[in-house]
Amino acid sequence: MHLLKSRVPKLWLTARRNRQEIIKAGLNRRELFKMGLLTSGGYLVAKSGLSAWASGGCDAGDCQLGCSPPTTPFIDPLRIPPILPSRPVTDLTPAPQECPNNAINPATGLPFEGRGQYNGVLRPGTDCFQFFRRFPPEDFFITRARENTRFRITSDPHIPDQTIWGFNLGGNDPAITPGPTIVDTYDGARVVRRFNELPPQAQNGGFGVPEISTHFHNFHDAPETDGSPCRFFFRGQYYDYYRTMQTAGFDDPNTDPAERQLEFQSTLWYHDHRVGHTAENVYKGLLGFELLFNQFDTGDETTGFRLPSFPQFDIPLALTDKLIDPGTGKICFDLFGLDGLIGDKLLVNGVLQPFFEVQKRRYRFRVLDGGPSRFYELFLTNPDNPKQSIPYFVIANDGNLLPAPVRFPTSSGSGARISVAERVDIIIDFKALARDLGVKRLWLENRLEQVNGRAPTGKILPAGRPENVLVEFRLVGNAVRDNSVDPADPTVRFYALPPRPTPRITRRFRFERGNGQWQVNGRFMDCDEIRFTVNRNSAERWILENNSGGWQHPIHIHLEEFQIVRRNGQLIQPGDVEFSRKDVVRLQFNEKIELLTRFRDFRGDYPMHCHNTIHEDHAMMLLWAVQDDANDNNTRP
Amino acid sequence: MTAMTRRTWLAALGLLPAAGLVSWAEASGKSPNKETHAWQDIPPRELIRRRHLPDVALVTHEGKSVRFYDDLIKDKKVVINCVYTRCQGICVPVTANLVRVQKLLGDRVGRDIFFYSITLKPEEDGPAALERYAALHGVGPGWSFLTGKPEDIEKLRTMLGFRYADPAEDADKSNHVGMIRMGNEPYLRWSACPGQAAAAWIAKDILLEMDGPTRPAATAKSG
Repeated sequence: MHLLKSRVPKLWLTARRNRQEIIKAGLNRRELFKMGLLTSGGYLVAKSGLSAWASGGCDAGDCQLGCSPPTTPFIDPLRIPPILPSRPVTDLTPAPQECPNNAINPATGLPFEGRGQYNGVLRPGTDCFQFFRRFPPEDFFITRARENTRFRITSDPHIPDQTIWGFNLGGNDPAITPGPTIVDTYDGARVVRRFNELPPQAQNGGFGVPEISTHFHNFHDAPETDGSPCRFFFRGQYYDYYRTMQTAGFDDPNTDPAERQLEFQSTLWYHDHRVGHTAENVYKGLLGFELLFNQFDTGDETTGFRLPSFPQFDIPLALTDKLIDPGTGKICFDLFGLDGLIGDKLLVNGVLQPFFEVQKRRYRFRVLDGGPSRFYELFLTNPDNPKQSIPYFVIANDGNLLPAPVRFPTSSGSGARISVAERVDIIIDFKALARDLGVKRLWLENRLEQVNGRAPTGKILPAGRPENVLVEFRLVGNAVRDNSVDPADPTVRFYALPPRPTPRITRRFRFERGNGQWQVNGRFMDCDEIRFTVNRNSAERWILENNSGGWQHPIHIHLEEFQIVRRNGQLIQPGDVEFSRKDVVRLQFNEKIELLTRFRDFRGDYPMHCHNTIHEDHAMMLLWAVQDDANDNNTRP
Repeated sequence: MTAMTRRTWLAALGLLPAAGLVSWAEASGKSPNKETHAWQDIPPRELIRRRHLPDVALVTHEGKSVRFYDDLIKDKKVVINCVYTRCQGICVPVTANLVRVQKLLGDRVGRDIFFYSITLKPEEDGPAALERYAALHGVGPGWSFLTGKPEDIEKLRTMLGFRYADPAEDADKSNHVGMIRMGNEPYLRWSACPGQAAAAWIAKDILLEMDGPTRPAATAKSG
């Protein structure tokens, strides 16, 4: 316990001493960072410290913090993933089936469709789509998971082409990461057909397992279509992911139909979830955005909530951090690490520290922590005047618009903090910032220090350090017409929170580590073990506990969103950014979280897990199920 | 429930998404000037070997001298953990669990899957002590207990990731890492699972790691 408290100061002292020695030798901090000798956290190269310096740097294969080659920020424009096209389902061949298409494909010797396989084994007759006949699919999307060996994260000629795994637009086009954005509305069921066209295992370039399961993170889905960890499929197969596109409560007699309008979702994402290999596969690029619109959040700033129009002024930003091998120049992954992986290169939408030219008006940015392990605390900094406090407004937490916008930095100076898989939608008013503060460019920064995969240190780094910048916004032109809502207006309201349900039972979950083994209530992930069963169309109170002072865990629960009722006994109040529907909760040092969640509509098995994907892959996950009238009263399952 | 349909709505967006496509076309295809930096062309398998799989000299519980990479890992499917014979803690349940896993895997162990248990206390655990330990636990063929020079064992342990970042925690051998590492070396496939997980699940997981890359689709053209 409290390992961090006793350890960090000593590390700081050593790092400071080493730094001073180097400074004496005549190199400043920025030069050191450029040479890869200083990490973004301000530490000297973690493992070998000065010896790495003495021997001229890190060696090929040293896939570790501080060893990545130097790179130049802000030389490439932000890329925005294209929108995945859709077509009427009548154009889809073979047509999607209620039960899996398990006929054998003579070309592969495997069933055409991977649905119906569980943990790699076909279970005939299982995983038929729930509610398929009630909501027949109208449209479909098609996309192929592929390798791209010529992917550029920067135009800097010193950095070579990268090999990534991503998704394409469904034809013979190359895969990209993040994959194409799926844009949808709640007006009819859909099918997303995903082909696995990844290369053979031995051609993975060093990491990645070509067995995939694509989770639609945060959506209200049935297990057979959720992208569940044990339902991975193989090269040469496809998998149809069917969506009812119904808000939660559609098959629950106790849900007031009017309430279902409070269950609309906005910023979701998809990512690989292959049990035991999620971290390397998502790090390799298997992720993308999935954005939902409705009659309130319309994508048109002249209607509904009048949020900045999509896609010109509504921009997804996927944050990922990477390590680059100092010998090969290729993105690398530590296959043998257990704590978590922190990279020293920040990518946004697959581009290394891009710039983005913006007009002087309001923009909505959908910021995703794409993992694998880093926590972020977001600040805006004017690089021409770093002492200015620059406001922005958080309008959504995870997939959901808040009851009202929340201003950041807070009165105590905190930025919006997100852990892996969490999202915040923020609004930045570039017109007001140009007018009131003379801003010409603006840095979106992560100032939360994190030096290993265990947890952030909690220290907020000074504003204005280039190594902490995610995106440089460049304000161009004159102020332009802006019909979008002003989040600074105190009368702005979005959805109210759905009424809090009465829980049938309270269950407790302790997330801990013993002998280096991640566990929940002292046990480990097992695809063949359902720990407990909840009653369909009921609600429960779950208590999540972390008794460690050295680790933090982003905990994600599938099927339905929850509301955080208390954090360490303190009620979450209106006006707090966590007064929200949530699908990930940060379980920080020695914390206890009380949440309420419902289990409506679908039957079957779902996971709860740590979304630090390294912890997740090492068994910090459990499966539970939903059935009618199960009446399972295990309070510490 | 919704007044807006997606198709009409997307049509209203017009050609705007195409702007994204243009910059994405630039995301692949353009090659940098390779002459500006001498990157090394090292195969990924070789990088994994350098980083994690040192070719240290070891001795098995049967007294046989072996090289870790060349003799035990290269081209093999392996399961690796750490123990020491006087361990009163986690070694006992994990070894017992691995014996159950070995039985579940039947004759695959020793035929094409190999188990290795590396001692954490080479100064105490010579081949004879390890031999007694293996016999005591009813370990079957295809499972080697390994010892060596303390500095080599330390190097092996840390490079295989059986270590804690915190030095004080790492120094406490009684609290050592209870994970089991699974490797399918020629296929660059490595993972780990808790040694105290259910034996049936560990056995299944091992088979998926070892057989996954060579299932039929892996050699056929994908559709």
